[in-house]
Amino acid sequence: MEQQQRPKYLDLPKLGSKMSITAKVSILHRASGVLMFLAIPFVLYLFHKSLTSAEFYSSSYGVATCAFMKVVYIVLIWAIMHHMCAGVRFLFLDMHKGIEKGTAQKTARWVMVVSLLLTVFLGVLIW
Amino acid sequence: MVKQRRVLSAGYGINSWLQQRITAVIMLVGIIAVFAFLILANEVIDSNFISWRQFFSFIFVKVFAQIVILAVILHAWVGIRDLWMDYAKSFGLRLVLHTLTVLWLLGSLIYSVEILWA
Repeated sequence: MEQQQRPKYLDLPKLGSKMSITAKVSILHRASGVLMFLAIPFVLYLFHKSLTSAEFYSSSYGVATCAFMKVVYIVLIWAIMHHMCAGVRFLFLDMHKGIEKGTAQKTARWVMVVSLLLTVFLGVLIW
Repeated sequence: MVKQRRVLSAGYGINSWLQQRITAVIMLVGIIAVFAFLILANEVIDSNFISWRQFFSFIFVKVFAQIVILAVILHAWVGIRDLWMDYAKSFGLRLVLHTLTVLWLLGSLIYSVEILWA
């Protein structure tokens, strides 16, 4: 069977603005996952440096690192926090907890808020 | 076509699905441990380079850290493979992307072994 080829136009900004909060949590879960996948060697490198260089260890506590790197760290912290909070929500959904539409939207909003609050808290600590 | 699809698909997805969730829980335990350490390090232990190094000289800590890192790698494998299965439609492209993903993660795993055990 041959499938009909139709022209497709996806108005992404419009789609984004129409996205439900649950869809946003879902796509950000994927985006944050990709980001962390790319950052694995970099984070391992930081871990390595912290164990081998006393100088790096003391500077990684916030004073001597540049603003650009702090922004990178904060983006990574957000990725971890969002991925973790959304992941916990998905685990509950897997167990059929909170799958009603209203509850699912409420927990999705909580995921956004809690992960942002955790990011701000940890961001302030490292700045 | 059928054979090609089987090579780079998830097969029966339940194993990967379970792998994704079990490794997720291991990482949750890991991240709670990290937070506990950071809080304790500030409150109880005199946190400095020497005590940080000493902490990672305990065999228990090394084994735990290695298991968490392994969980990250296995979790990332399923997640990124799902990504390619969703977006990379051609067999050749998917083969290349799968291979690069495996190399990226395998390299990271070997690096983590070097960091923890060398």
